[in-house]
Amino acid sequence: MIPHFLVWLQSLPFALDIRRSTWLFPTIETIHVLFIVIVVGSVSMFDLRLLNIASRDRAVTDLYEEIIPWTWASFACAAVAGFLLFSSDAVKYYHNIPFRMKMLLLLLVGLNTAFFQFRIYPRAGSWTAGARIPFAAKFAATFSLVFWIAIVACGRWIGFTK
Amino acid sequence: MQAFCDWLSNTPISLTIQTVLWIIPAVQTVHILCIAIVMSSMAMLDLRLIGLAGRRQTIPYMVNRFVPWVWWTLPVMLLSGAILIIGEPGRELLNPYFRAKMLMLATVVVITFFVQRLSDKSAYWDTRKGLAILAGSVSLLLWMGIVTAGRWIAYY
Repeated sequence: MIPHFLVWLQSLPFALDIRRSTWLFPTIETIHVLFIVIVVGSVSMFDLRLLNIASRDRAVTDLYEEIIPWTWASFACAAVAGFLLFSSDAVKYYHNIPFRMKMLLLLLVGLNTAFFQFRIYPRAGSWTAGARIPFAAKFAATFSLVFWIAIVACGRWIGFTK
Repeated sequence: MQAFCDWLSNTPISLTIQTVLWIIPAVQTVHILCIAIVMSSMAMLDLRLIGLAGRRQTIPYMVNRFVPWVWWTLPVMLLSGAILIIGEPGRELLNPYFRAKMLMLATVVVITFFVQRLSDKSAYWDTRKGLAILAGSVSLLLWMGIVTAGRWIAYY
């Protein structure tokens, strides 16, 4: 059933346009990369704060409000660009191992994000400059850093196995 | 230049990089992760210069917070970039996108250096909002241009 849907998807006019054009894929891919580097960079800034490695003079909630909206907005744009790239050759990407790994890692990072958002961050009001940050928050931050690095690696790997 | 590329691509180190399958993807990944650090740091600083974000902090504060990350990360990028060039010399050295990237990089490094220097005087930007907007805009466009040119190397 899924391959059926993917064949249909990659036959849609917009997908065919991307596939046939010489410049559309590289342009969308460049946009994908630009948004990804903002996502990974901004998440890393916040994770490094949780690990007490950077921006230690700022309250965690201040940093969250300053950075995380950009992370979400950039992630949404990166996801849209990624979907367009995927559509241009859906069946092939679906069977691509690094692509599948990347999707699995994204799912896991999403679960970690939800866990942080709903279970850990509500208590962040007291994490001002110099305050002790709970182990759960540090664990989630480390998990996030490691998995985002792995996501980038898998993403690059797709290009070498397609 | 072509002759140099031919010579370089036949050296033992270049052949090793070419043939050991995981080296180039791994080094490119390191390069991309460094881009994430540099782009995010500079995006935050540039948006502050332009006045669109982070206005609760002064420009000198943002400079001191973010510019060091660039200076520490750039050597890593130069090293990873050098490995990629040694592995596939013609792919970069004979490529107009690569040259454009290096030109833009040199320009933005100079701009960043001067922005950092000028920020040593704590009230410098208070009376020069127009200059701040110009510096932030040009810097942001250059960084985005560098990433774009970098990606397009592969498509030349």
